[in-house]
Amino acid sequence: MTHAKVPGRKRSFFPRTEAARMTGGATIITVVAVALIYTVGGRDAGLITQYVVTGLLLGGVYALVSLGLTLIFGVLGIVNFAQGAMLTMAMYLVYFMQSAWGINLYVAVALTIPLMFGFGWLVQTILLNRLTSDAGHERPLLVTLGLSLLLVNALLMIFGGRPLGVESPVSGSVQVLGAIADIPRVIAFLGAVAVAVALSVILKKSSLGLAIRAVASNDTGAALVGVNVRRIYAMTFGLGAASVAVAGGLMTPFTSLVPSSGEQFTTLAFVIVVLGGLGSIPGALIGGLFIGMLQTVGSLYLPGSGSLLLVFGMFVLILFLRPQGLFGAKQ
Amino acid sequence: MTAIEPTTALRPAPGRFRAAGGAGRQYAILGIGLIVLFFVPFVLPDAAQPVAVRTLIYAIMAVGWNLMSGYGGMFSFGHAAFFGVGAYTNAYLLTTYGVSPWISMILGAILSAGVGLLIAYLCLRYKLAGSYFALATFAFAQMFFLLTQNLEFLNKTDGINIPLLPDESWAMLQFEQDNKLYFWIPLVLLALAVAVTIAFVHSRAGQYAQAIRDDAVAAESLGIKVMKYRLITVALSCAITSVAGTFYTQYYLFVGPEQAFGMHVSVDAIIPAVIGGVGTIWGPLIGAAVVGPLSELVAGMLRNPPPFLEFLQGTSGLDVAVYAVLLIVIVIFLPKGVYGTIRERMRK
Repeated sequence: MTHAKVPGRKRSFFPRTEAARMTGGATIITVVAVALIYTVGGRDAGLITQYVVTGLLLGGVYALVSLGLTLIFGVLGIVNFAQGAMLTMAMYLVYFMQSAWGINLYVAVALTIPLMFGFGWLVQTILLNRLTSDAGHERPLLVTLGLSLLLVNALLMIFGGRPLGVESPVSGSVQVLGAIADIPRVIAFLGAVAVAVALSVILKKSSLGLAIRAVASNDTGAALVGVNVRRIYAMTFGLGAASVAVAGGLMTPFTSLVPSSGEQFTTLAFVIVVLGGLGSIPGALIGGLFIGMLQTVGSLYLPGSGSLLLVFGMFVLILFLRPQGLFGAKQ
Repeated sequence: MTAIEPTTALRPAPGRFRAAGGAGRQYAILGIGLIVLFFVPFVLPDAAQPVAVRTLIYAIMAVGWNLMSGYGGMFSFGHAAFFGVGAYTNAYLLTTYGVSPWISMILGAILSAGVGLLIAYLCLRYKLAGSYFALATFAFAQMFFLLTQNLEFLNKTDGINIPLLPDESWAMLQFEQDNKLYFWIPLVLLALAVAVTIAFVHSRAGQYAQAIRDDAVAAESLGIKVMKYRLITVALSCAITSVAGTFYTQYYLFVGPEQAFGMHVSVDAIIPAVIGGVGTIWGPLIGAAVVGPLSELVAGMLRNPPPFLEFLQGTSGLDVAVYAVLLIVIVIFLPKGVYGTIRERMRK
C-alpha cells in the first residue's frame, strides 16, 4: 500500500528551529523594502502609509483564507481547489441569512461557522474519503476542482450573476498610524488573528489537535494506536471549511458578491500557503500579511493587475529557491 | 524533497505494453475513425457545426495534455500557457506582419515547446514533485495571463481581433462561417496529434518516458536519462496544445487573455482526458466527445424542459454544474476513465 504522502516527510504545524530565523528574515526584508520605498520611492509618505496599512488589513483576509487551505494540506495532503468556492458559499450563506431573515451580520457569521464545518465534514466523508486509501495527489485535486465548479455554478443558478452587497451594522473608519482604516476591515483582520490563535490552541492543547497532528505526521502509525483516521480527516476538512466561513463572513461588507468572488482567493491562497510552507499555520498568517502588503504597495508602481505579477513572480521564486516555504520543514 | 513519485492514480491498467504490432492496429483504427468522422459535417445540422469544431479543439488540447500528464506522469495544471502561446503567436504575427497562420502554427508550436521546456526544466531541476509541480505549472499560466493583460504590444486586456478577409483563403486559413473546412482542418490536425501520440508511445523514447513515470529511480538505475526523456515528452505535449490555440484564434477570429490563458483553459485540457481515460490513446478523444456537446445538450434541454425541471428555466450555470458532477463521479468511481474502464473489463 502506498500513501498519499511522501514517506519520511514530516509536517509540523509549529516548526520551532527555523521559524524564528525565517520570521526575522522576512520582517527585516519587509522593513528594509518599506523603508526604501519611503526614502527613494518618490511617493508621498502619507500615501505610502495608507497603502501599507491597507495592505496589512487585506493581508489579514488573505491569511484567513489560507489558514484553512494549509490545514487541509498539512493533514490530508490535498491541494483543495474548492477553497475559494467554499469562501463564496460562506459569503452567500451570510448574505442569505441577513437579507431573508434579517439577522445581524456578525451573528450570521457565527451561524455560518457550524454550517460550513458540517459541509466540509460531508465533503470529506462522502467524496474524499473514498480516495485517500490510494496514492496520488491528482484525484483529490480533480475532485475538489469539480466541487469548485459545482459550487460556483450552483450559486449562480440560485442567486444569479448580479453583484449583491451586504450592509455592515458597524461602519466608519479609525485612524491607524495616521492612515484611515475601515472598521469592517479591521474586524476582519482581528478575526484572522483570532482564528489563527484558535486553530493553534486546538492543535496544541486539545486531544483532537493531538490526533490531527498524529495523523499529519504518520497516518498508519496513528491508526495503529487507535486514532480513527477517516474521522480525523473529516474533522480537519471541517475545520478548514469553518475557517473560510469566518473569512467569507467577515469579508462580505467590503466585497461585491458574485459567484466568482472567491476564485481569485484560491489562487492567492496557494501562493500564500506555498510561501509560508504547506501545512504551517504561522506561515499562512505571515505569508498572508506579506502578500497583502506586496500586492497593495506594489500597486503604487504597477497599476491594475500588474501588482499581481509581482505576487506570482514571488511565488515562482519561492517554489524554486525554497519549495518547502518559509516555515516548512526541510526534507 | 523526494524525487518525482510514480503517479499510481493516473497509471493505466497493467498490460498496456504490447508488441510493436499494437501500433499498427491503432493506426488502422485512427484511419477508419478519420474516414468515418470525415462524413460527419454532411449529416450534422449547420447549427451543430460550431459545437463539433469546439469538441475537436478540446480533443487536440486533451491529447496534448495527456502526453505530458498521462504518459509522462507530470501533472500539468497550466496547459493554458501553451495553448495561449499558440493563440497569441498567430494573432500577433498575423496582425503585425501578415504572416500566414500555417507558418504561425509551426512557429507557435516551437515557441510553446520552448516555453514548456524552460518551465519543466526549472520544475524538474528543483525537483518539484506532485502537488508542487501542478501548482508551479498553474503559476506560470497565471503569469502569462497577467503578462498579456499588461503588455502593450499584445493589446492588454482588449485582446487581438483577426481582420476579416473579403474572400476565403487557404493561405490565411479563413473561410466562410459554415464552411466544412472548419471541421475538416482541426479533424486532420487532431488525427496528426493522435498519430504522433501513437508513434511516441511505441517509440523507444516513449517507452522510456512511461518507465520513468512508473518508477523514476528504477528507470534511472537502468541508465535511462530521466531529464532528457521527460523534456522530450513535455516538448511534444506543449507543441500539440499550441496547435489547438492557433486554430482557436483562426476559428473565432479573436483572442484575449481570458480565452488564451484563463484557468478554465487549463481545466478544458484536463477534463476530457480525465473523463475518457488518462494515459490511453483514445481516452481524451472519447472524453472530448462527451464534454464538447454537453453544454449544448443542457442548453437545449433547458429551452424545452421536462415538467419536473421547469424551475430551472432561465437559469445559467447548469451546464457547468452537470460537467462538474460528471467529473467528480468519474474520478471517484471510474478512476481510469470511461475508455480505460471499458478496456479493462474487455481484457478480463
